[in-house]
This record gives sequence, C-alpha cells and structure tokens, in this order.
Amino acid sequence: MIDQEQMYERYKRLLAEYMEGKNEETLYNGQLFSRHMIECGVSPEDVLSVHIEIMREFFPNMDERLESSFDFLLEAMIGYGLAYREHQNLRFKQRQLETEIDIAANVQQSLLVSAVPEIDSLDIGVISKPAKKMSGDYYHFVRDEQNFLSIAIADVIGKGIPAAMCMSMIKYAMDSEPEQRTKPSAVLENLNRVVEQNVDPSMFITMFYGLYNEKEHRLYYASAGHEPGFFYSSQKDRFEELTAKGRVLGLDRSTKYREYEKLIMPGDMIVLLSDGVTECRTKKGFIERGEVVDLIRKRMDRSAQEIVDSVYKELERLQEFQLRDDFTLIILKRRV
Amino acid sequence: MNLNILQGKAKDGGELLILKGELDAYTAPKLKETLLELVDIEGASVTLDLSDTNYMDSTGIGVIIAAYKKVCKNNGTLIVQGLTPRVERLFDITGLSDIITIEDINKEETR
Repeated sequence: MIDQEQMYERYKRLLAEYMEGKNEETLYNGQLFSRHMIECGVSPEDVLSVHIEIMREFFPNMDERLESSFDFLLEAMIGYGLAYREHQNLRFKQRQLETEIDIAANVQQSLLVSAVPEIDSLDIGVISKPAKKMSGDYYHFVRDEQNFLSIAIADVIGKGIPAAMCMSMIKYAMDSEPEQRTKPSAVLENLNRVVEQNVDPSMFITMFYGLYNEKEHRLYYASAGHEPGFFYSSQKDRFEELTAKGRVLGLDRSTKYREYEKLIMPGDMIVLLSDGVTECRTKKGFIERGEVVDLIRKRMDRSAQEIVDSVYKELERLQEFQLRDDFTLIILKRRV
Repeated sequence: MNLNILQGKAKDGGELLILKGELDAYTAPKLKETLLELVDIEGASVTLDLSDTNYMDSTGIGVIIAAYKKVCKNNGTLIVQGLTPRVERLFDITGLSDIITIEDINKEETR
C-alpha cells in the first residue's frame, strides 16, 4: 500500500523533474506511477488535490484566479471520483460472482455425472461438453437388476445458469421416479407435468428416453421433441433416422407420448445426440446431419468411446474451437 | 447475428410481425418483448412472418411457445407463416406444428 505522504513526495519529485527538464522518461514514469496509484485505490480527485497542494508550495505567489481555477477543477472531478468508486465496487462484486458460478458449475457437474454402466452386450460411449460454464444438456443411464438399461438424453432450452437450474429440477424429478422400471412414454408424461407446472413459459425441455432390454435386445423409446438420433443397421449397412414424434416437455399438460420399439442386432448402433451436435456452425454454414453420419461411419471400427471423442474433436475443430451450444453425443453399439 | 422486427397489420386485421434475420439466443429477447406485449390482450390475433428468418434455434422456439401459451389463456390466435425448410423441421421435431396454425405465405397477402 501507498501512504499519503509517500505518494505526495513521489508525485512532487516526478512533477518537479518534469517541469525542469520536460523529458519523455519522466512523463513515462508519471504514467507508471498512475497505474500504481490505481492499484492502491487512489481516486482521481485525490491525485488532483495532491497536484494542487504541490503547485501552491512551488508557486506561493500564484495568480489568485489561477488558484481558484484549481478549486473549480476539483469540483468538476468529483463525478469521476464517484464513477471510479462504483467501478471498483462492481469489479469486486464481479469477482465474487465468478467464484460463485465456478462453485455452482462444479456442484452441477458432480450432480449430473452419470456413470456409464459396463454391460457385456453393449459398448457405450458418451461425451458431453458445455458451451459455457454450466450445461443445459443432461444424460443418464440407470441399470436395474432385471438387466434393463434406461437411457435419457435431454436439452433444456436456453443456456447458462437458468438452463442448468432447470436441468437440476429434471434430475430430481427423474430420481424420484418409482424404483421399478417405467415405460418410456409414461416417464415422459410424468416429466411433462412437472415441467409444465414449474417452468417459466418460454423455457422447455426436449428429451429422448429409451429402455433397453438386454435379454431380448429390444429398445423401447419415446421422444419429447428431441433432435432425432440415428440407428445403424449392420445387416443393411445403413444409417437411418431414429424417428420418434412427440411434443417438447412443458408445452401442454395433457400430452401423450407414443412409444416405439426396435430390435437391435449384433453390430447395430444407436446414436443419440443433442442439437449442439447438428447445429454446429462452421465458416461454410451449418453442417448437415449427413456429415455427422459420415464422421461416425469413418470411425465405426473403433470403440464407442473412441468414436464419440474423435467426432467431438473433429466438430470442435470445424467450429474453430468455439462451441455455440452444449454438445452431447452418445453411442450404443451391440457387441458382435 | 441481427434481427429486424417490422410491425404491420395482417390481412385478417390482426397484428403482423415480420422477422428478418436470425432468431437465436442473442436476438430472442427482442422478439420476446414485442411479441409477448402483443399477445397479452384478450382475443389478441398475431401473425408471425418467418419467410426472411434465415436462422432460428431453440431459443426462438421458446419465445413462440411462451406466446402460444399466453394466446391460449387470452382466447386469441397465433399464426405462423412462411416457414423455411429448416425452421419447418424444427417445428415438426418439437411438435409445435401440431398445435400452432401454420399458413402458407402465398395465401396470406399483407397490406
């Protein structure tokens, strides 16, 4: 810290030096000194009053009108002083907020992390990256004792903190689902009622919910307006859209969801994604869904985790490492 | 990333908003302000013209959903017209096309 007396002496020395020699170096030192004063929280009008005091000392017989002009200048600077203090205050508050957001982001991360289950018949890969500190994307895997695996992927509309808070609400609603497995259509109908009641009217959630029967290798699924994924049939060696129609959660309380079913053969693949994957914007424009399929196809011989990691890296590169939206990509591959 | 909102009268006498540009997280608040005020009247009739909306993301859909809910409460009507294929797909996926009236732009001449 700098005390009043030290500042006075140093300022006086620099000022005297400059008035004598008018050299550039002293001017530059004055500039450096001003930075130091800012760091020490010295306000503009404090600097000015020091200047005036020194001038009085140097020129005791100063013209009275010149001297009173200093008083006028001092008054005129008071507004700047207030603005400066306000700025300091805001900087402090901003730092405080940033710390709080960091903590909240960490809490959210630990809340939303869903362990990827180890299953003999399925190879599962997941990647989920937020565009900002907090994510509006959500996924979860739950496996029960009867070898049913439930898979959810969701996107809260809006980004940042409001979206993340809403996501946490969904997470709790899902956790309080009854222990026994529930039909995907029923899960979505329940969540729809929760979201419709609780959320700001312009906020909504899209979700894909699937239930995989490991014994029969059947996937039962339903979608609430979620970006469609893909199904890869190894027999046809073809990717098709994993179509499922349904309204977004929170739109209409009485919405019913249709349930779909698919038999998964060895080598088949299910690709689930959030719109951050398909809304990827590059210099040339938006990437097409077909391009995402091509990226996956090129890497199909690798493990599911390697595929999602590598597709993410490629899309991140195409967007010049600036994610516009939260990005989640899940691949489930039935082992051969 | 910019959105121009032009306000006029639709052929049916209701309010018309023509959206030119991109409707995304940055521009959606602007539309939200204008649109929600228009639909906040008993029996409000509002038409959104999206033929010059070259990009819309889910935040835009959110504003339209909020307006739709308000219109339902106020016994009004909300019509959307001139959807580009990309926006139409978004309406289909989210299920909005089942509940919001979508009109072909050619049928709806504006004054």
